[in-house]
Amino acid sequence: MAHTHTRPAATARRGAAGANPRRRAQRRRRLLAVAFVLPALLLLGALVVYPVVFSVGRSLFDADGDRFVGAANYAEIFRDPATLTALRNSTVWVVVAPLLLTGIGLVLAVLTEKIRWATAFKLVLFLPMAVSFLAAGIIFRLAYEQDPDRGVLNAVVTGVHGSFEEPAPYPTARARTGQGVSGPVGGPYTTDRTHGAGEGALLGLVGVAPGALPADAGEASAAPAPGPGEVGGTVWLDFAPGGGGEQGRIDPGEKGLPGVRVEAVADGSAVATAVTGPDGSFRFPDLAEGSYTLRLPAANFAAPYQGVDWLGPALVTPAIIGAYLWVWTGFAMVLIGAGLAAIPRDALEAARMDGASEGQIFRKITVPLLAPVLTVVFVTLVINVMKVFDLVWIIAPGPVQEEAGVLATRMWLVSFGGGNDQGLGSALSVLLLLLVIPAMVVNVRRFRRSRG
Amino acid sequence: MRRPSATPRRAAAASAAVLTLALTATACGGDAAPASGGELDGTTVTVAGVWTGSEQKNFTKVLDAFSEKTGAKTVFVPSGDNVSTFVGSKIEGGNAPDVVMVPQVGVLKQFAEQGWLLPLSEKTEQAADSGFAPVWKDYGTVGGTYYGLYFKAAHKSTVWYDPEAFTQAGVSEPTSFEELLTTGRTLADSGRPAFAIAGQDGWTLTDWFENIYLSQAGPEKYDRLARHEIPWTDASVVRALTTLGEVFGDEQLVAGGAQGALRTDFPGSVEQVFGPRPSAGMVYEGDFVGGVARDEFGRSPGEDALFFPFPAVDGGKAPVVSGGDAAVVLKEGRNADAGMKLLEFLATPEAAEVWAEAGGFLSPHKEVGLGAYADETARQTAESLVAAGDTVRFDMSDQAPAAFGGTKGAGEWKILQDFLRDPSDPAATAASLEAAAAKAYKD
Repeated sequence: MAHTHTRPAATARRGAAGANPRRRAQRRRRLLAVAFVLPALLLLGALVVYPVVFSVGRSLFDADGDRFVGAANYAEIFRDPATLTALRNSTVWVVVAPLLLTGIGLVLAVLTEKIRWATAFKLVLFLPMAVSFLAAGIIFRLAYEQDPDRGVLNAVVTGVHGSFEEPAPYPTARARTGQGVSGPVGGPYTTDRTHGAGEGALLGLVGVAPGALPADAGEASAAPAPGPGEVGGTVWLDFAPGGGGEQGRIDPGEKGLPGVRVEAVADGSAVATAVTGPDGSFRFPDLAEGSYTLRLPAANFAAPYQGVDWLGPALVTPAIIGAYLWVWTGFAMVLIGAGLAAIPRDALEAARMDGASEGQIFRKITVPLLAPVLTVVFVTLVINVMKVFDLVWIIAPGPVQEEAGVLATRMWLVSFGGGNDQGLGSALSVLLLLLVIPAMVVNVRRFRRSRG
Repeated sequence: MRRPSATPRRAAAASAAVLTLALTATACGGDAAPASGGELDGTTVTVAGVWTGSEQKNFTKVLDAFSEKTGAKTVFVPSGDNVSTFVGSKIEGGNAPDVVMVPQVGVLKQFAEQGWLLPLSEKTEQAADSGFAPVWKDYGTVGGTYYGLYFKAAHKSTVWYDPEAFTQAGVSEPTSFEELLTTGRTLADSGRPAFAIAGQDGWTLTDWFENIYLSQAGPEKYDRLARHEIPWTDASVVRALTTLGEVFGDEQLVAGGAQGALRTDFPGSVEQVFGPRPSAGMVYEGDFVGGVARDEFGRSPGEDALFFPFPAVDGGKAPVVSGGDAAVVLKEGRNADAGMKLLEFLATPEAAEVWAEAGGFLSPHKEVGLGAYADETARQTAESLVAAGDTVRFDMSDQAPAAFGGTKGAGEWKILQDFLRDPSDPAATAASLEAAAAKAYKD
């Protein structure tokens, strides 16, 4: 074909040099075009096409790269529980984060249009965009910390909670086992036998640090005798400092526990309540004759409110999405704000003249007119969310790393972070690519349409 | 020893990387002045290692002693945390160091298999035979050839405690695992939960398991499990997990309960015992706990931060789990011969004593005088390490493929964290350990 083609061309050139200048110019232009496009094509080929093709090929081989395994790596993706978790999390990310961001961005953009310090407000909201994901991750790792002394979120949560509820007096205490008082961990603890009037019941507790005793705690009196005809006893710390002492007996130096609620129980229900004094003694003055079981209700030992376990297995993904929102809200708002500024004012004015409410204007006019911008923001975010890595990697603590994992972290982990299975890693990256392609197509189409 | 500096807060990782760069730049200035008249006058030995900060400073003292003896110039190059990547790129660039201090058995093996290493000289081998328990030479041997001289060791079988908590509770150092549990429960009665456990860092949990397993099942089984010759579903593993579950499952023994432990990282666990607001009585980890207690919380090890050896489990021998840095000589090094001479020097007690005096160092060498150590704690750990002789075993998870024994949120780390959360079914835990191990060992 090339042979038959060149000869007439050559004769043509010889026969009529300059006779067909238009065709020559056209050829030169084409050559020029190729020369200009070539560097870009080469770069694109080397940096995009080649790696993609290589990954696809690599994904068909095993970990060492020398045995062809077909689709086994792809099957493994849907078998390995950790990868499935990552797949599920990625889905949650893609569904939730772009929607929330576009929504919040839209609301903020519309609101900031109407306030006076709009620029300052936008600037502040846009600031997190200047913070790297690494830094943002470290900030939120701290903010989500469970210990209220470190994590600001739990400091707020426990602060609010604490103002509604009195903390229990002895959260760490528990009954000395095998000494006549028993119950499940955390209470309630009940005496094993019943106590009648006149005898002092001994309820020994342990597990209270010396520093955690109330200031008014006095030494427990060795022989707590309630008045005649009264049921009573002593709640005390059955642990002498420095050890020693006999279990179940009040030894010298052992302190009473003030402020403990004690219930007298008859037939399974509490009939009276008393609170221990500074030496740990308590009594029920007006109790009918008889014998009662004594109970220390669980409220005495309730563990202090721990706040929310933000970084626990259940909440870790929403927590990280929260951090992502903090970073990207400004982006969505500014982009949508720009679209908003381009909306023809007369449409809004006309609607207002016709008596439409602000809500109606927002729903029926602003949003439809903004739809192209909203789609761009949404699709950009979808693509961006697909590759989220650093935030997850930094915020999720070791034990929940797997529960928080997304496709990108999983891909890195299996190929380089210890797994050393680049076959499976390549398969994951190909899957990621397949998932991003629809979003890309939508974006490119929009782009074309807006040009045409 | 490597772990606490390498694993904890990722936040620090970035700055550490920057720091390493900065140190690489400055380290070249640390040349020792060559003494005149030595046999190696005019040659320069380049040594690479992961050490930075005070460790680097103290190792430089050892190198200075070598220079004084031989007249060779020495240069220490910090390699950053990833030694194998560093050495690989240096070899490829034709700029290989002569000697590398290798921090893990697995890396040593990898170097030997790549054919990067020179077999050690006759003289070093003889010194190793007479100076070290055979186990140290075995860990430096790959395929029958002796490549790695263990110069610095870590002791990972020490239980650290606050003496004040022990006095308050009226207990003394336990000598068996049962006693350890009773001591722990008494501590809990006194208001200080027994153990601070750093569950957020998986490696502390593997160390717990390894100590119990080494003592309960014995060194032979330990070796076979480390090589994955017996499966993790073996009865001995289930038994060790059951024993471990006695600790993990007891609310009184674990400070903050399992949930609290899973939120505690290694520095946090030391803080729970030695910090300003102590909430636990004991913390188990390696000899480096003392360093953290001193540097971060102002304790003085040997006075208000004490330790006792991890006690024997079920009548076995008290375990000594260890690790260390091995010196190897690279084929590609420009002055490999001089490097070999350096290793001959490192094999002498004299070299070890230089660092021992400076502190933060243990030598597996039998002839290093205990008097050379800077403090009582180091003396005790060194004594226990040398006394354990041939029953010393290296950290098992360090010997395993990284996917199983060294990856955050995966493999053994993750499975033991799950076990800490719910220790009710040791057999199921053993089964998932085996599944993960089979995948990682690829057999």
